[in-house]
This record gives sequence, structure tokens and C-alpha cells, in this order.
Amino acid sequence: MRVAVIRFPGSNCDLDMMAALRTIKGIEPVLVWHEDGGLGGSDYGAVILPGGFSFADRLRAGAIAANSPAMARVKRLAERGVPVLGVCNGFQILVESGLLPGALLRNSTLRFVCEWTHVRVENTRTPFTSGLREGQVLSMPIAHGEGRFFLQHAELARLEKEGLVAFRYCDASGRPTAGSNPTGTLHNIAGVCNAEGNVVGLMPHPERAAEALLSILGRPDGSLVLSSLMVRSEGRWGA
Amino acid sequence: MVISNKPGVREPEGETILHDLVAKSGFQQVESIRAGKYLRVKVVAPDPASAKRLVEKMCNELRIFNPAAHSCEVSIGRVPVQ
Repeated sequence: MRVAVIRFPGSNCDLDMMAALRTIKGIEPVLVWHEDGGLGGSDYGAVILPGGFSFADRLRAGAIAANSPAMARVKRLAERGVPVLGVCNGFQILVESGLLPGALLRNSTLRFVCEWTHVRVENTRTPFTSGLREGQVLSMPIAHGEGRFFLQHAELARLEKEGLVAFRYCDASGRPTAGSNPTGTLHNIAGVCNAEGNVVGLMPHPERAAEALLSILGRPDGSLVLSSLMVRSEGRWGA
Repeated sequence: MVISNKPGVREPEGETILHDLVAKSGFQQVESIRAGKYLRVKVVAPDPASAKRLVEKMCNELRIFNPAAHSCEVSIGRVPVQ
């Protein structure tokens, strides 16, 4: 499966993502510049928006990249059911482009938070969680200043009811406690998906936790997120 | 235009300015401070109403603000033609 990793000016996790994807059997990652026409072809099995500081976070993290030529094409691919993953700044871009609901506001501490977190898998009906168990606790790092997921009360309730929260910050035993919430994000939300399940965004970095050697717990948990792409499941994405 | 968090959305910068600067400095009458983003936009338009419509259209189409969390207030003033 060819997987497009889109590079924007200011992306800085693109090469880490490429390296992590190369370790997964069956995935051939391709780095695509955001202004290239290359995404027009339909031969990509998935698209990944990596982390970083696209356009220096000007206006608002992800807001300028959301209007880039690549995102118009990503929207068309997403509508066709192609799996799309946004990590950190990629998640911010997906939210700002309207492909995912809500907003990612400044952390309640006003600080850039860079630390290892535990996240609980809440929804396994997406192409990036199909290789995981519901309730499984993953160890992955975060590094961001704007990751406080926000939705107005009624919309948040609907998101929860429809099971569109994909990942939630939790303690080591899987409880989503206030102490395990690093940013003030509502309901400890670390990642969400769209109603179809094919578009997923999360703040933690799977690519930085894709090898045991890089992980604080010695577990390649991030790799399980990326390798889910190769797992067939009952999700509704794709054909 | 001024982009700010909607009422009910916490705004930690304003809270810090209020609690750690203003309230501690004797200005107890100040009840609330909300920080936001300010963009000053110069447009060429025949009249203020059409200038405002243009800026509002731009805000909505380019998502200058995120409607899930922000409100955007546009106010108009005249700039002399140079």
C-alpha cells in the first residue's frame, strides 16, 4: 500500500513518520510536497498529515495549511473513503479544514507540553485502530501547545454518543483521570474520528513511539496504530 | 477584526492576566479579561457596508476563525486614500 505523507512548510515529523512507516510490512510511504499535484492520482491507500508547525502556526495552528492545495485533494480522497490520519499538527489541520469536528485550543496551562502519555483506545472501527483492542492502553509522547480539544456541549455529547472519540488520555491502568489530562482537553480527548471512521486525528505521536528503543516503556505502541492500516476489519472505510 | 473564544470557552491567557496581574494589583473591580487575536485589514471598497461584507465573506470562506470555538467581530473605519 502506498501511503502519502504530506509535507508542509514547517512540518518536522514527516521524516520520522516516513521511517516509522517503512518498518511496517506492506507499506510504501511517499513524501508529497503540499503544492505538488501528485495527490491527484487515486493510487494512495492512505494519507498521513505529520506533525510540526506548518506555516509557523501563524493565525492558528493548522489554519493556513487547511487551505493549501493538498488539503483540497485530501478532502476529495476522504470523501471517497480513503483513510486519512493527522498527527499533532496534522490533527490541527484536519480540524481547521473541517474534516474533523471541533477546535484545538491553547493548552489550559498556556505551556507547550512535551511528555510521555498513556492513551486508551476508545474506538477500533477506524483504519488506524483496527489492530488494537478497545480499552487497550498505549504509551505515546505528546509535544504541543495547542491541543485542548473543544466542542460546544451538545456537539460534544453527540460525538461521545456516536463513539467518535478514538483515543483518550488516561493513567497507566486506563482510567481517564484529571491527573492524566495533560492539556485541559475536554473529556480527556486525545484523538477523534469522523462519522465514517476513515479520518482520524490524534495529538500523541505514534511515529515517535514506533520502535521499542525509542519508547520510555520499551514498547513499540505507536507502530500498532500505523500497522492497523494493514489489518482488515469491519470498518466502513474504503471498498 | 477581533477573534476571541466564545462565551463559555475557557481562555487561559485572559485568566492569567486577571488573576496574576490585575487582581493582585488592586483593580478588584475588573471581573473578567478575555484575550483574543486582532487583525487589522485594509480593503478597497466603495462604502463601509460593502467593506464589511467582503471581510466577513473572507473570514467565513477561509475560516479565519474556527466557528466551533471562536466568535469574530468585524468593525469598520475609514482610511484616507493615499
